[in-house]
Amino acid sequence: MARSAVQINPRWPGGIAAGLVAFLTLGTLAAVASRAQWANGLGPADWAAVRFTVSQALLSAFLSCLLAIPVARALARQHFKGRSLVITLLGAPFLLPVVVAVFGLLAVFGRGGIVNVGLGWLGLPEVSIYGFHGVVLAHVFFNLPLVTRLLLQGWMSIPSERFRLAASLNAPIGPLLERPMLRATLPSAFLVVFLICLTSFAVALTLGGGPRATTVELAIYQALRFEFDLGRAALLAMVQFTLCAVAALFTWRAQVAHAIGAGFDRVVLRFDGSRTLDLLIIAAAFAFLMAPLLMIVLRGVPNLALLPSDIWWAALRSLTVASLSAIICITLALGLSLRGSALVSIVGVLPLAASSLVVGTGLFIVIYPFANPTLFALPVTAIVNATLALPFALRAIAPVIDGISRDYGRLAISLDMGKFTWISKVLLPRARRPIGFAIGLAAALSMGDLGVITLFAGNAQETLPLAMYRLMGAYQMDAAAGAATLLLGLTLTVFWICDRGGRINAEV
Amino acid sequence: MLKCEELNMSQGAFQLSADVAFPLGQITAIMGPSGAGKSTLLSAIAGFVTPQSGQVLWHDRVISGLAPGKRPVSILFQDNNLFPHLTAFENVKLGLPKGHAKAKSSHQQISDVLGQVGLGDLHSRKPAQLSGGQQSRVGIARIMIAARPVVLLDEPFAALGPGLKAEMLTLIRKMLLDDPSMCVVMVTHDPEDAKHAADLVAWVDQGHVAQPAPVDRFFAQPSAAVAQYLGTIKPTL
Repeated sequence: MARSAVQINPRWPGGIAAGLVAFLTLGTLAAVASRAQWANGLGPADWAAVRFTVSQALLSAFLSCLLAIPVARALARQHFKGRSLVITLLGAPFLLPVVVAVFGLLAVFGRGGIVNVGLGWLGLPEVSIYGFHGVVLAHVFFNLPLVTRLLLQGWMSIPSERFRLAASLNAPIGPLLERPMLRATLPSAFLVVFLICLTSFAVALTLGGGPRATTVELAIYQALRFEFDLGRAALLAMVQFTLCAVAALFTWRAQVAHAIGAGFDRVVLRFDGSRTLDLLIIAAAFAFLMAPLLMIVLRGVPNLALLPSDIWWAALRSLTVASLSAIICITLALGLSLRGSALVSIVGVLPLAASSLVVGTGLFIVIYPFANPTLFALPVTAIVNATLALPFALRAIAPVIDGISRDYGRLAISLDMGKFTWISKVLLPRARRPIGFAIGLAAALSMGDLGVITLFAGNAQETLPLAMYRLMGAYQMDAAAGAATLLLGLTLTVFWICDRGGRINAEV
Repeated sequence: MLKCEELNMSQGAFQLSADVAFPLGQITAIMGPSGAGKSTLLSAIAGFVTPQSGQVLWHDRVISGLAPGKRPVSILFQDNNLFPHLTAFENVKLGLPKGHAKAKSSHQQISDVLGQVGLGDLHSRKPAQLSGGQQSRVGIARIMIAARPVVLLDEPFAALGPGLKAEMLTLIRKMLLDDPSMCVVMVTHDPEDAKHAADLVAWVDQGHVAQPAPVDRFFAQPSAAVAQYLGTIKPTL
């Protein structure tokens, strides 16, 4: 067979990046396992954590998908002023630091929150946000907007001509157009949410805990932090990997091609659905997602000026870690995107299944023979955060790099353009938008991280989320509200600056 | 002379063999039904497809082992001929041979070729700010500045109207008149393009590239397959 001689992208950076990611996910797990004493297997409490993890992840993913369907459909078929702002704001919870979101959810659904106050007025008993349903509620809060946006993309990809044709034939739109699209889109959306919830740590740490509400990741934390039982931590991490792999396999089997065909990109005019009902659904979803944010700001702004200096230092450390994390993440993502093979795609999703705590512990074990690992708490946190953000950065960058290479690779080769010129003059300028977005995303996710830092940081290495968590633990709720507002503001600003930076002069 | 010597390529069920020569100072049109292998032939000459056997020669020197950018070949594709984020000037500059781009004289050189294709005052425009015809002119200016003797045109003007297409082909003809040591090979679906712009026509069909024939003879005495393609005889029912 005649073979294509086109290859403009250098392949070696992808090889190095793939090796690093494999080391950071599987290698660190091996490092932890190698130090483990395997006398004890998993106990009943560990299996309870596995059951809790799977059941809460299943229910969270199911509810997120179930609730997102009417919201996405309403957004797809209704056009109103501020629609694009609503869609943009739907992205906010994904960027929101978990500890801040939990603080906001507590202000709405917690003891003394507006929901319980309302229930009290009606003479109804209070609801508790802690435990299984609290964890599920928080996960739905985080993931409902994510699934809504994924489904909305699916809805918008149905060509307007199909809706017009269905309307002219008076054919049912649901079974004819929407169900095939959902059948193609929902499995992967379900998997993403399931995986996020499967590896959930900070939500379980703040709203769960105790023998009846412990996730596997939280059990790993307890094994490392309180018992320093590396064997148990490694075993639990392997269980987590297996769960994620099985989930990925199921979803892959359930996935079907979306064979709706291409259209002519006309504005989608819909002839079905009740406008009033759709707007009510959108308003309800918006209120559910925005009320906690509003509560944080209302409670936190008056306390900003009263924040002690160590909180500001923690904020500076968080900014430093986030910057470093974003640089590492984008370097890995670019390297992997340039390579773009199936193997690299697999390596790129490994971090979704990895335990951040095991990655961090593995790195500490690797560092230990050479230096005092606690001195490296912040760099290790940056590396772990970069690894965890990698799948999302790859999803933003890889298709764009692939498209640029496909569209302009032959032209560049025919012009004898060197690889450096290709990357600096064509690839990076043309991929500015997704690169800016990915840097912003990696930085924002790192800003809000409350994972590996909880294991190893001393007071002098506290990041802002950790400082805020400790304030909440000490019931200094006013200071915590101020810290939450600061963290929220910094996270959104960092994301906005990077995302905006990518858009400047990227008009074509 | 550009030669394809016993060139054989296959991709799945598709097979193409070529044993043809393209003379200097002339425009050779490659015609044939869709999927016949016209673009594949150009890709093999340009180096984007590696054939199983055979070789491509330029003045009896084998060039099939060279990377696409190292061949004495400029190519314009059907689309994506310009980088959208670069100005017309920057797009043309990419055509300069390596080492020449930083020379002081390069600025004047680029301005000159842009002037020759009628874009003297549109240096700083990006492709999106240019019309389809102007974009094609930028591509031609880049071919001119690259000064590579083999020019391959893979239907780059197909989306232009007849008037603009004729203008572009006139520019190509002018380039050839200025430097008769060049060799131009263009793929086209349109018999009118071949009649007006080409000197020779090579017919590609059923996996085989025929030797180029003078354009008058090709259209005056068409083979049965060519006649059917041109619609001059009715297909047998």
